[in-house]
Amino acid sequence: MGNFTKGIFKENPIFVILLGLCPTLAVSTQVINAIGMGAGVIFVLLGSNIFVSLLKNFIPDKVRIPSYIVIIASFVTIVDLVMQAYTPSLSKNLGVFVQLIVVNCIILGRAEAFASKSNVKDAVFDALGMGVGFTLGLALIALIREVLGAGTITLFAVGGFDGVIRLPGLSESPVRIIALAPGALLVIGYLKGLFNWMEMRKAKGAAV
Amino acid sequence: MSYVGIIITFVFIENFILTKFLGLCPFIGVSKNTESAVGMGFAVTFVMSLASLTTWAIQKLILVPLGLEFLQTITFILVIATLVQLVEMIIQKISAPLYKALGIYLPLITTNCAVLGIALIAVRSNYNAFESFVAGFSAGLGFLLAILLMSTIREKLENEWVPKPFRGVPIAFITGGLMALAFMAFDKALLRNLIG
Repeated sequence: MGNFTKGIFKENPIFVILLGLCPTLAVSTQVINAIGMGAGVIFVLLGSNIFVSLLKNFIPDKVRIPSYIVIIASFVTIVDLVMQAYTPSLSKNLGVFVQLIVVNCIILGRAEAFASKSNVKDAVFDALGMGVGFTLGLALIALIREVLGAGTITLFAVGGFDGVIRLPGLSESPVRIIALAPGALLVIGYLKGLFNWMEMRKAKGAAV
Repeated sequence: MSYVGIIITFVFIENFILTKFLGLCPFIGVSKNTESAVGMGFAVTFVMSLASLTTWAIQKLILVPLGLEFLQTITFILVIATLVQLVEMIIQKISAPLYKALGIYLPLITTNCAVLGIALIAVRSNYNAFESFVAGFSAGLGFLLAILLMSTIREKLENEWVPKPFRGVPIAFITGGLMALAFMAFDKALLRNLIG
C-alpha cells in the first residue's frame, strides 16, 4: 500500500520530483486532454514496470537502458494506435505528445529506480501510484488553466450533454493568457511555490 | 515553406521550449550558469540536426517502402540513442577540446524530448531531406537561444531577494513564463510580413 500512496503525495512525479514536465504543460489546456494523457501514461507505466520487473534477471546490466527503452516504446506504440483507432479527436488534440511518452522521464526513471529491483507486485503498485499521481497533478494544472483561461471545464460527452461545463462570468471574459503557452509555465511556477510554502509551514509547525 | 521561413518558425515563432515545452527538463536543470547552458545548447543543436536528417532517411527509405510506419516510435528512439552514442565516440576521437565541452551533456540528450520531437514533427510536416536538416538545426538554435537567455537571467537572480518558497525551481518557471510572454510577439503574421 505504501508503494501506491507515495506516488500520489510524498513523491508526486510532477510537483515533488519534477519529472515528465514536457507533456504535462503542453497538453494541460483542457481537462479531458489531461485525463487522456494520464490514462496513456498509467498504461505505459504499468506495462513497462511489469515487464522490467519480470525480465530483471535476464537483461544484462550493460544494455539495460536500451532494453527498457524498447519495452517502453512498444507500449507507447500500443497506446498511440489504440487512441488513433478509438478516440481520434483526443489523439488529434494530444498530437505528437502521445509518441513523446516514450521520452517521459517518469517511465524510464521508475523502470531504472524501482521496477528493476522489485518483484512484480510492488512494481504494479508503484506504477499505479506514480501514474495516478501524475494524472492528478496534470488534471490539477489543466483545471486551473481551463477555468481561468477559457472559463470552461471539458469532460466526456455523455448523451445530450456535450461534455463542456461553462462557468458563468468567466466564460465570457476569460484570462486568455493562462490558456496560452506562458500561462502553463506561470501556473506550474506558482503551484510549486505554493506547495513549497505549505511544506515549510508544516515543517515549522512540527518544530514548534 | 522556404528555408528562411523554417528557420524563423523554429527559432522564434514555435520556439521548442517556450511554446511547445519540449526540452523543458534541461531548460530548468542545466540553466544555473551560462557556461554549461551554452555547452548543452550546442550539444542539443548538433544532435538535433543530425537526428532529424537520419530519421528522415529512415522514415522515407526504410519504414514507408516496407509499410512499417507503426514501428516509427521504436525505431526513432533507438536511432537517436545510437546516434548520440556514436556522436560521443566520434567527438572523443576527433577533438578532445570539443569532447570536453560537450561530452558530459551528450548522454543526457537521449531523453531530451526535443530531439524525438523534431524528428516526429519533421516527418509529420512532410519536409524533404534538407528541410528536415534545417528544421532540426534551427529548432536547436531556438533551444540554445532560450537556455542562454534563461541562464543569464538566473545568474542575475542569484543576487536578488526572492521569497523563500519561490527560490530555485518555482522562480525559474515564472521567469520562463515571462520569457514565453515576450516570445508571443513572434507570430505567424510576422512571418507573412517578412517573407510575404
